[in-house]
Amino acid sequence: MTRSSEMLHVTVQRGTAQDPRKQRFDVPARENQTVLDVVSWIQQEVDPTLSYRFACRVGMCGSCAMMVNGVPRWTCRTHVSRVAESGQLDIAPLRNLPVIKDLATDMDPFFDKWVAAEGRHHPTRGRLEEFDPIKPDDPNRVEANLGIECINCGICYAACDTVAGNPDYLGPAALQRAWTLLNDSRDADRSGILAAVSGKGGCHNCHSMGSCAQYCPNGLNPMRAIAGLKRETVKAALRWKRDA
Amino acid sequence: MKQPARSHPLWFAFVLHRVSGLALALFLPAHFWLLSQAISAPARLDGFLAFAENPLVKIAEFGLVFLLAVHMFGGLRLMALEFLPWSDRQKTLAAGAVGAALFLSGTFFLRAI
Repeated sequence: MTRSSEMLHVTVQRGTAQDPRKQRFDVPARENQTVLDVVSWIQQEVDPTLSYRFACRVGMCGSCAMMVNGVPRWTCRTHVSRVAESGQLDIAPLRNLPVIKDLATDMDPFFDKWVAAEGRHHPTRGRLEEFDPIKPDDPNRVEANLGIECINCGICYAACDTVAGNPDYLGPAALQRAWTLLNDSRDADRSGILAAVSGKGGCHNCHSMGSCAQYCPNGLNPMRAIAGLKRETVKAALRWKRDA
Repeated sequence: MKQPARSHPLWFAFVLHRVSGLALALFLPAHFWLLSQAISAPARLDGFLAFAENPLVKIAEFGLVFLLAVHMFGGLRLMALEFLPWSDRQKTLAAGAVGAALFLSGTFFLRAI
């Protein structure tokens, strides 16, 4: 544990994507301190122009994700004592996303891909009709349960080397969202979802490296969801061939 | 030293699968060319077979058998991952693929020397 008299040596990526540069700050080390505390201390005590994003500070909103010593993390739930290497911290904006300024990334491509993966509910009934009951122990419901705690923080997207190599790839979060909908008996557009996730940039781009599952702070496993999508798209293709 | 975001078992399994696949792709044309010598130039083939008795070549063959086996077992793991119901034991299976490949290539090497 670092003593209060010690300093942390923090490197922060500043500027835009066109002109990134590293800036060093010395930040007082505390007994209990998160990486977000460090970033906030810099912004409040040294340089008010430092741009970054956070909201809830308790791991619910998913807005404070950054690269900490090369690893994508929720900064609000990451204790400095667990990640600092000899008092050194390297903080950078989330990987695989355009940088707006300093530590704030443009999340638009991330959310555009949710839309592209048909990651929205397609209703089967209107609001005046009775809704379809789903039993909690229904196998599809159990499978969907594994993915619905995603809070869209973008950590899996930043961890994924397939996203880094292929800008069209929908990414783990969007594909996992599609998988939860595919397992929802109240969703009306099964074939639309399968078409959206099996095209260019779809689930078959995944190389099963597993970085998404490795780094998801909620302990979700998008690789499992993507494997499920691969299975279902292949089944659908075989059915289509048989019916043709 | 910055920890790379990718130092975990399944990422290494991915790299091993790619590197072994690439190495085998480079090896196969040479392999087929050599086999073709049995028809077009038997003496050259015999010369190479004598050279292949060299212990250093045996070590290289051990590596080749390992790459072939690890690519096969790793490929079986990936096909199971994509076509069979999900198993949470992917890291164990990947480690098992490396273990089985080492066993196979080790057995080959012990018989070869």
